[in-house]
Amino acid sequence: MADLNPANFNFDDATRKELSEFLEKQQAQARLQGSILTFTSRCWDKCITGTPSTGFSRSEQGCLSNCVGRFLDTSIFMVKKIEADREAMGYGNAS
Amino acid sequence: MASFLGSSSTSPADMQSKKEMLMDSVRREIALQNAQELMNKANEKCFERCITKPGTALSGSEQTCLSRCLDRYMEAFNIVSKTYITRISQESAPQS
Repeated sequence: MADLNPANFNFDDATRKELSEFLEKQQAQARLQGSILTFTSRCWDKCITGTPSTGFSRSEQGCLSNCVGRFLDTSIFMVKKIEADREAMGYGNAS
Repeated sequence: MASFLGSSSTSPADMQSKKEMLMDSVRREIALQNAQELMNKANEKCFERCITKPGTALSGSEQTCLSRCLDRYMEAFNIVSKTYITRISQESAPQS
């Protein structure tokens, strides 16, 4: 098993910088993939209820797609509501 | 090969190949983990859906169900992936 500790590679500064940018991008990519996995699971439970057939119906496809969109809308809605509530209670930023 | 690790002087070509190796290993690791998580989830969902009353072996109809279920789970993953990425690129696009 090769030791992949970057300390053992004697990279120059430019390569280190390139690698750190690469890692940041890969981590963002991994987070995106993680979200997609979570959404797939969540929306499968909500939209696909029958015995699996040889293809999705149009309404199942639509439901999966809407499920993703509405979940994101929900999360934005919640944030806005919390902000509005805070403002109504006088905790908002003075304008 | 012997100077692969910890050599005190590294030629540019050498460093380049080590860099590529490191990047490939990161890409592989992430792809593997993603595939494993997808498989685990599909396994869990399809077991729940298809094996409602476990018998002494997987029946023919259970196998048919599992096989279709796995295909559908992958299809669901693709639909969700496409929708999510479309939405994200819309939101990060400059407001017109």
